[in-house]
Amino acid sequence: MANVGIVLISHSRALAEGAAELARQMGVGQVAVEPAGGAADGGLGTSIDLLESAVRTADKGAGVVLIADLGSSVLTAKTYLEELEELEEPEDGRAGGPGDQRTRVALADAPFVEGAVAAAVVASTGAPVEAVLAAAEEARHARKS
Amino acid sequence: MDAREWIERFAELVEAEADHLTRLDAAIGDGDHGTNLNRGLRAAMASLHADLPPGKVLTTAGRALISKTGGASGPLYGTALRRAGKALGDTPEVGAGELATALRAALEGVRELGRAEEGDKTMIDALAPAVAAYAATAAEGMPAAVRAALDAAEKGAEATIPLQARKGRASYLGARSVGHLDPGAASTVLLFRALADVTPAGA
Repeated sequence: MANVGIVLISHSRALAEGAAELARQMGVGQVAVEPAGGAADGGLGTSIDLLESAVRTADKGAGVVLIADLGSSVLTAKTYLEELEELEEPEDGRAGGPGDQRTRVALADAPFVEGAVAAAVVASTGAPVEAVLAAAEEARHARKS
Repeated sequence: MDAREWIERFAELVEAEADHLTRLDAAIGDGDHGTNLNRGLRAAMASLHADLPPGKVLTTAGRALISKTGGASGPLYGTALRRAGKALGDTPEVGAGELATALRAALEGVRELGRAEEGDKTMIDALAPAVAAYAATAAEGMPAAVRAALDAAEKGAEATIPLQARKGRASYLGARSVGHLDPGAASTVLLFRALADVTPAGA
């Protein structure tokens, strides 16, 4: 049984890669955690194309949870989800995406690092998308003082 | 309304004003609005092949903006154009009524995506009054409605100056965001200026 994959979206490539490294370790090597950080040229920014290919890599058949940091990362993730819905009626030649396989892709309303770690831990147990999503969202309640 | 001319003119105006938009953004945002939107619109122009119906022109340009802009303005303007294009469907001619529907769809798309309301100091502060003014004037024909929309967008953008930002980077500045024109509202004015520029007086 495949595990839910995780995609981390940030304005910064380094931030997305660093958070992915941490989450991968917490997922004890069982969970695909893919970064989608920075613009296509590697500078600061967000790229829906990088996001799309990260989702494809993270998708092992059990669905993918997206965790975005802020600003345009969130807007890009939401726009991507809107496009996935449209893919159900393949129209614009972007076939082959996860939307085609009807796997579930969902955006977590979660803090970036804590959410990524919580999602990876729960995904490593083989839990479904809903449970991984809930774990990421619960992570906001972790007190630090 | 010629959709291709509209996007082309918007791209020209944004290119001419790119430095100004970026300066506005440097004051309260992350200082890349003009550069980003200019890049996105160039990609949009390159994506438009000949003989597309107006709705398809807008959805195609919107897709390119989403993909190539790089900042928050990509998904926002991209969604606006895509929703407007979808609302137009396959219609070969865009009259005053069709444009009203398309503009309403664009506004709804931006609202849903950004979750901003009027008064948050965002592009919505120019877009919402412009769309409302267009709808209120559409019965007088497209030239009058487009002119009314531009006037409302300009007033709406101007009115963002005393506002405190509640969205985006500027929102972290709190009261220090007061006294600056919102760059997204400023570029929205250009969208409506472009529309006015390509709408002949007798249309």
